[in-house]
Amino acid sequence: MFDRRLVQYFDWGLMGLAILIGCVGLITLYSAVTAETPAPQKVLFFKQLLWFSVGLIAMVSAFLFNYKILDRWAQPIYFGCIALLLAVLFFGKYVGGSRRWLIIGPVSLQPSELVKIAVIIALARYYSKDAKTSGYTLRELVRPFMIIMLPVLLIGMQPDLGTAGLVVLIAGSITVFVKIERRSFIYLIGSGAVVVPLIWFFLKEYQKQRILTFLDPDRDPLGAGYHIIQSKIAIGSGMLSGKGFLKGTQNALSFLPEEHTDFIFSVLAEEWGFLGSVTLVLLFLILIIWGLNVAHACREPFGTILAVGVTAMIFWQALINIGMSMGLLPVVGVPLPFVSYGGSSVLTTAISIGLLLNVSMRRFMLD
Amino acid sequence: MVPHRSQTLMDKYLKTADTDWYKQRITGVIVCALAAFVVLLIRLIVLQVIMGDEYRHLSLNNSIRLQSIDPPRGRLYDRNGDLLVDNRPSFDVNITLKDAAPLDPTLDKLALHLKTPADTLLSQIKQTRGVSAYSPLLLQQDVGRDTLASIEVNKFDLPGVSVNVNLRRHYIRERQAAHLIGYLSEISPAELKSGSYPDCRSGDLIGKFGAEKVYENSLRGKRGGRQVEVNANGLVVRILKTVAAEPGHNVYLTIDQNLQHRAEALLEGVVGAAVAVEPATGKILTLASSPAFDQNSFVGGITREQWKSLISNPFRPMSNRAIQGEYPPGSTYKIITALAGLQEGVIDDKTVLHCPGHYRFGNRIYRCWKRGGHGKVDIIKAVEESCDVFFYQVGQRLGVDRLAWYAKAFGLGSPTGVHLDHEAHGLIPTAAWKKRRTGVPWQKGETLSIAIGQGFNLATPIQMAVLAAAVANGGHRYRPLILDNIKLVDGQSLQKNEPKLIGKLPVSPAHLELVKLGLWKVVNGENGTARGSRLADIDISGKTGTSQVISRKQDESMAEEDLPVHLRSHAWFVAYAPSEKPTIAVAVVIEHGEHGSGAAAPIAKEMIKAFLRKTPVNAQVAAQKESADTANGG
Repeated sequence: MFDRRLVQYFDWGLMGLAILIGCVGLITLYSAVTAETPAPQKVLFFKQLLWFSVGLIAMVSAFLFNYKILDRWAQPIYFGCIALLLAVLFFGKYVGGSRRWLIIGPVSLQPSELVKIAVIIALARYYSKDAKTSGYTLRELVRPFMIIMLPVLLIGMQPDLGTAGLVVLIAGSITVFVKIERRSFIYLIGSGAVVVPLIWFFLKEYQKQRILTFLDPDRDPLGAGYHIIQSKIAIGSGMLSGKGFLKGTQNALSFLPEEHTDFIFSVLAEEWGFLGSVTLVLLFLILIIWGLNVAHACREPFGTILAVGVTAMIFWQALINIGMSMGLLPVVGVPLPFVSYGGSSVLTTAISIGLLLNVSMRRFMLD
Repeated sequence: MVPHRSQTLMDKYLKTADTDWYKQRITGVIVCALAAFVVLLIRLIVLQVIMGDEYRHLSLNNSIRLQSIDPPRGRLYDRNGDLLVDNRPSFDVNITLKDAAPLDPTLDKLALHLKTPADTLLSQIKQTRGVSAYSPLLLQQDVGRDTLASIEVNKFDLPGVSVNVNLRRHYIRERQAAHLIGYLSEISPAELKSGSYPDCRSGDLIGKFGAEKVYENSLRGKRGGRQVEVNANGLVVRILKTVAAEPGHNVYLTIDQNLQHRAEALLEGVVGAAVAVEPATGKILTLASSPAFDQNSFVGGITREQWKSLISNPFRPMSNRAIQGEYPPGSTYKIITALAGLQEGVIDDKTVLHCPGHYRFGNRIYRCWKRGGHGKVDIIKAVEESCDVFFYQVGQRLGVDRLAWYAKAFGLGSPTGVHLDHEAHGLIPTAAWKKRRTGVPWQKGETLSIAIGQGFNLATPIQMAVLAAAVANGGHRYRPLILDNIKLVDGQSLQKNEPKLIGKLPVSPAHLELVKLGLWKVVNGENGTARGSRLADIDISGKTGTSQVISRKQDESMAEEDLPVHLRSHAWFVAYAPSEKPTIAVAVVIEHGEHGSGAAAPIAKEMIKAFLRKTPVNAQVAAQKESADTANGG
């Protein structure tokens, strides 16, 4: 019953890589929460440690079964996550102007994190059915469009525009990967070029201001613009070899907002310098190429698309989070996988790695 | 299997995606990912290697900081543009802990300048928790110019110490319209969490009472700030970016400062309230409640003891009696009984009833205030002389529920909707209400008490003022307004408040005129109950009221003057003037003032006089006429 080859083909390298990134993340988080003012919040570190153990279990569970049954489970998983998103809108905890968390006993869960995986599975199922090299026409894209927009709207209503945008990016990457038919693609681009200025025209002045500030944080020197400056100072002041573990000063002064979530990269870059930050960036790059390699080695479409989707998720989060910290991209609350504090994020990333391992270790199986 | 050039177009379109095709696409994806990460790496090199020195320098003493710029809070004016509330500069001494290190010698030196022991300063610093070492911490507010000068001169000796000019709220005339204007106080953690004050931080002052609270969002303005670069001493060496604060809007209240001032002077030393309304618009001219409190004492933060003494004061200075005080309306209620009786047809202008000084109902005797009786009484005389026996019978014919319906239509029993917090409802009883509340059915005799405004009836001064205004203007009830206009700092009008009709008195003009004639006679008639308050040049119409604190039958024999103060009746007077074309309606209540005619009517008269004789010339002419009048009349 148990196939020996499963062990033989197990991707130890991928798991090792994930654990390595997790360790870098924990060390950085420790530094961030220790320096937190006015009072250190070490409890966050231990909570994260707990979430990593939960994540480990989730990762193992995600590769034990044959991923192909996800093809059948795609719908229940998808609608289960939609139900959670609806629950958030009605019963979610209200923090700082939005509802993002569901409180279940002692645990607070962010369903918008989990929904990313559900969307990836649902799209993998749809796109793996009868893909053609000519790509998908507009008519064929109506269903995936609905699959994507339902959770995006629900997340947008929380409102959590960062995560909603992230879902669009991930789903868009998968769709571009399976190819959009050339003429349809031109239509899409063309209609986008018409609709976007039209929407802009109908926006209210303050909404325009908000979007402009989002694109150019310098317009908000007391808010996002200031955070970016502080983040850049933190990163830059790390210089080549960094100030040393727990020696960061920008971090210590709570000049960095959300330093244990959104701006965690700055903490690492300040304390470990160029050497440290390049290491983390390269680890992520290796992880992404590894993930694409898993997709490459897989010999059937569902597994390939699943692997590409999960990798795209990690890619976009790493790119946006690190790019934002360095002032390359707008300020959005996107967690750095395995590094930022947050149970749901750790859980989601762990499941993704588990799915990659799953696809990887069953690459020999041909039905 | 790459599609070959020689394949037909048809074949190419129908080709199913296979593993090789996917592999080919994955290669493309890897190239994209690599490109994106190369950008990240280049950026890292730029920030950490090429510009690293510069950023390291900036990080050394965290030289880029944010300073907030508080917006000037909007001013408050009266209807004529007279300034009521202003801001004045205050010099506040702050310390930034990280720059002040080592702390002890700095504090020792600072103590000399502030003339406060260093220990006190230290304990003050220790009390403030949760403040970043890099943000300034307030040590002493409103220091004098000498202290300011000595600190400024020695500022290189006092690292981390800064003196900031902040604006402090200044209530120009102490205690004036205190309940209407309200006061500021520090925002509470609960208010911060509530989400109603999105721009506020802990330590901010917000309006907690009165207009300061109601118009908080207009008055507050928008906080600005600047990004600055500081040196090792914490002194600003460069301003990088500034976002100017947006000043709050100026609020123009409907009150007339002079009249408000006059009313408060008249209420000095007594407990009570006075409300004046413009009949044609419902705009409030005066809203005075006595005793009042000192709003300026809240500005610098009120101490626990001060607050305790305000709250425990038996005369309750924090209570706004004009809208919160609920009193039996007494005989002022007879305006409603009279109009209800006429409108329902239980009496008419020819009805004459006999008053022997008492009225027998069942086996009980209900007294008229005038022992000897009024003799033959018609509606006008009944109003003029406030004959209880007449109104007992009108009330009896109407029944409690019909009477209550009219009272409610006149605006009693529910808040007037004035834009202030905690307005009281008052109370208009019905038979069903009493059954529900006490379980005891309504007794017919109780209707008699209700008809003359005693019993369960309760009304607030503002309700009575709005009622008087409605009678004065021919039956239109307007929502009482305290806001006249909100203007931008440059004077541009933002929100002009328009009169809002909330109801009409359900009575015919003829009946209203009849009762108004009676009200005119109250002041101007031979036997009017408020004849003492008539003016030579201005016709006042009004109605006195005396609302019993205890029911009369127990103490029938006792004269009011012999009662202990807290059992004496409350005095009411509602009035409007000039009688022909009224421009002011007033309600005055004096707690335990005994008689409306003696305690309340003179205050109303003085207010009307102050309001209508605005110009000095008029006043002189009137004064001459008055003295001539007294000489003639005796």
